[in-house]
Amino acid sequence: MRRPGRDTAQSQRLITRRGLIIGGAQALFMGGLALRMRYMQVEQADEFRLLADENRISIRLLPPTRGRIFDRNGIAVAENVPSYRITMVPEEAGDVDKVIARLAQLVELDPEELDRARRDLREARGDTAVTIADRVSWDDISRVAVNTPALPGVAPEVGLSRRYPHIGDYAHIVGYVGPYAERDRDRIDAPEQLLRIPRFQVGKFGIEAAYENALRGKAGTKRVEVNVRGHVMRELERQEGQAGTDVQLTIDSGLQSYISARLSGESAAATVMDCETGDLLACVSSPSFDPNLFVRGISVPDYKSLLENKYRPLPNKAVQGVYPPGSTFKMVTVLAALEAGTIDAEETIYCPGHLEVAGRRFHCWKRAGHGNVDLHRSLRESCDVYYYELALRTGIENISAMAKKLGLGIKHDLPMTSVAAGLAPTKEWKRRVRDAEWVIGDSVNAAIGQGDVLASPLQLAVMTARLATGRSVTPRVIRSVDGVESPTGHGEDMGLNENNLRRIRQAMYAVSNNRRGTSYSSRIIEDAFRMAGKTGTSQVRSAVVDNNSVPWEQRDHALYVNYAPYESPRIAVSVVVEHGGGGSRTAAPIARDITLQALYGEDPPLEAYPAKDRGRIRSQQEELRRIRMKPGGEGNDRA
Amino acid sequence: MSYLEYTVKTTPTGFRKVLYLNWPLAILLAAIASVGFLMLYSVAGGSFSPWAEPQIKRFALGFAVMFIAAMVPIWFWRNMAGVAYGISILLLLTVEFFGKSAGGAQRWIDLGFMRLQPSELMKISLVMFLAAYYDWLPLKKTSHPLWVLVPVVIILLPAALVFAQPDLGTALLLMMAGAAMMFFAGVHWAYFAAVFSMAAGLIFAVFQSRGTEWQILRNYHYDRLDTFLDPASDPLDKGYHITQSKIALGSGGWTGKGFMQGTQSRLNFLPEKHTDFIFTTLAEEFGFVGGFSLLLLYALILIFCISIALANRDRFSSLMTLGIATTFFLFFAVNMSMVMGLAPVVGVPLPLVSYGGSAMLILMLGFGFVQSAHIHKPR
Repeated sequence: MRRPGRDTAQSQRLITRRGLIIGGAQALFMGGLALRMRYMQVEQADEFRLLADENRISIRLLPPTRGRIFDRNGIAVAENVPSYRITMVPEEAGDVDKVIARLAQLVELDPEELDRARRDLREARGDTAVTIADRVSWDDISRVAVNTPALPGVAPEVGLSRRYPHIGDYAHIVGYVGPYAERDRDRIDAPEQLLRIPRFQVGKFGIEAAYENALRGKAGTKRVEVNVRGHVMRELERQEGQAGTDVQLTIDSGLQSYISARLSGESAAATVMDCETGDLLACVSSPSFDPNLFVRGISVPDYKSLLENKYRPLPNKAVQGVYPPGSTFKMVTVLAALEAGTIDAEETIYCPGHLEVAGRRFHCWKRAGHGNVDLHRSLRESCDVYYYELALRTGIENISAMAKKLGLGIKHDLPMTSVAAGLAPTKEWKRRVRDAEWVIGDSVNAAIGQGDVLASPLQLAVMTARLATGRSVTPRVIRSVDGVESPTGHGEDMGLNENNLRRIRQAMYAVSNNRRGTSYSSRIIEDAFRMAGKTGTSQVRSAVVDNNSVPWEQRDHALYVNYAPYESPRIAVSVVVEHGGGGSRTAAPIARDITLQALYGEDPPLEAYPAKDRGRIRSQQEELRRIRMKPGGEGNDRA
Repeated sequence: MSYLEYTVKTTPTGFRKVLYLNWPLAILLAAIASVGFLMLYSVAGGSFSPWAEPQIKRFALGFAVMFIAAMVPIWFWRNMAGVAYGISILLLLTVEFFGKSAGGAQRWIDLGFMRLQPSELMKISLVMFLAAYYDWLPLKKTSHPLWVLVPVVIILLPAALVFAQPDLGTALLLMMAGAAMMFFAGVHWAYFAAVFSMAAGLIFAVFQSRGTEWQILRNYHYDRLDTFLDPASDPLDKGYHITQSKIALGSGGWTGKGFMQGTQSRLNFLPEKHTDFIFTTLAEEFGFVGGFSLLLLYALILIFCISIALANRDRFSSLMTLGIATTFFLFFAVNMSMVMGLAPVVGVPLPLVSYGGSAMLILMLGFGFVQSAHIHKPR
């Protein structure tokens, strides 16, 4: 079939015209595209470049290195050690459970830790790393590193972890760090971002908590390029943070560790204080616990066993535990009486074995009575009736004021957890707290450190140091922060009559060195280091311990305070053995051993002990050395 | 003049056909494909796998397909147009019922060596069939209502099938390409004016009625429309894509960040960086200079095709060449508008550059027909 030529020509004209129209429209559209492209890439380029940088650049925090804690001789008691951990970014892992299963074939994963990690994985943002296994061995880490292609999102990481080389020795003083938790929010004043670092370690207890701000340091930052999943591709810039400041304690590791060993097996506390500076040379609460367990989060059974232990390892009995001071309080009563002029040092009071007060009979511990007793004898032999009489003459307000002057019933400012104020009761106190009137019987009880009087081992040491020096020595546990020495607790003269003090010191000397003294059997025979002390035995009253009717819990607390050497006091010591029985039998030997250890700075020669004790002491020294040599018992790494 | 009117003697035969091939067009196609190889190499982080290498192989195959199609006389292809259209319709029906579902849409048939998207095939078949129809239809009947209705049905049938897949983007592209074919063939402009004004009126009514008593669509329809028209309102999905795409393109600046230095694509902020959004990587790494150059290459392809069409006295050849060129234009115009945030995100690849097998093969087949029309034109 043929078509007329005209048709073809017309068709061609039409196609040409319309083809050019559409072609023109296409050209216009492309011109529009080019203009749009130019507008975006030239006029708006800076804006978009900024957005692109915001996309790709992420600022990551570099956790600061936590400050270390040293003892007075520069031995590290809290340090940072490299720790290897395995982390996982859930978003990159994809199927988290599958990856964990594969990981479990390579390294042993603690089921409890794994549960915690799973919870973290659920709660964390998809692009943040969650710790799967902490404190992994180098072998495990290298196995994971080799297998990373099969483990998406899993990364081996090196970090610093807190370590307490002395295990339990410093648990109560230094405390421990642990992962930041919601409940720490009110206490910790740290920049938000820092706390968002998974398992960021903050001080939880003791000096770690009290000096948190100094120890923490300042975080550094690094600018990193990240991909859309937040995975770091490379580092662009790094600004190092500032390590936390180091803290030095006044504690002497050797002495601390000796006392820990000496008190082992007892529920007890002991404090050794430098009379010159107020430095706490040792501050031990027994039994103790391993603070390293808390660093990565203690397991439930471990924590439960600590809580259920009847010897209560967790609280720091040396500063937190308060006990009726018993006869160790008698120095307070007699000094109050001497200062008030209600008794003369030479005056004797007759002790028939008891005293009737307001229709009630108060017994002396010696039912047969001491006969005529003066100040010296009353302390040496710990006559109670003498002090009942002093209470009647002097009044509770004077006694309480003297107690506070000597450091009892007031809270000492120490950076430790729950420092107890103890109690030096007054009439006003009883009205306010007990809603009852003070009766004379209360004064009589208080005079021998029973009734309402409560004191911590720390306060008893402070009292002893003040009696020994006449100065208001105050305790100090931080020697320096970042190399800057803290003010000492040397203290001002308390303005007490030196004659009165001398009388008391002589009596305390007799307690230890006179054949009739209550702690004569625990004396020191090295003349340069003779000590002056006082025994105490306090009845267990309701509030202090939970009174199950187990015999151990019904026994009396044994106390002893002393200072040495007698002529020029260097140290003041206090020992409290919970339910230890009698002060002279249980507490005094411990205090004597501690005193000798502190004064010699090492195991003392047997010649310092009374001849008949030497055989026993030798085997005891060997036994204690063995305890201290146990791994982790004492670190030797000097800073 | 129809191909029946000139003697076969005047057309080149045998290997002489190779000399009559439009080589500048072939080289332009290869140049654009090379830009694609370069970008696929870049988005893979400087690696031929997984995209650049298969793409090169496919282009080689596509180039061979174009060459073979060009050697076959154009009148053979004209006779095959109806068959091609019929097969395409059947394949569309097949995917509707037996096709594999990719991302919720039934789009392709697995042929073993490649996945065939019938909608891609239909783009070429439709152009061929409409060209053949208008070649057969006497010119004076072109604007007759009855003979206008026939091509409308020819266009709407595949468009409806593709829309049902659902692939709204491709359905719209088919309708626009078909309308362009009708316009080239000389259908009276009043029809177009009427359709445009009706469409505009409908859209106006839909949006004006929103929130009034005589609201045309339901509320959730409007919500979907909002997301479609303004992806930024749905920042998690498509809005995120388009925002990242604009950031990548804009941050390229005049000369770009340098080859393989595009942070947006290298760090995976860009979605679909090897397929629909590949232009963004080009614009990020080579800046305005790079993006504009690619636009110029596309413009040159159009210019060559239009001149081939206008220099050909055979009605089928002219119409088909213009139709292929328009389809090609629609591809890259929609893709570029999309990545620049001018058009909603519809799955349209950048022709010859985006990673993808069947789209490239079908397109090269189309250019094979253009070359055939050029070789076998009446002389």
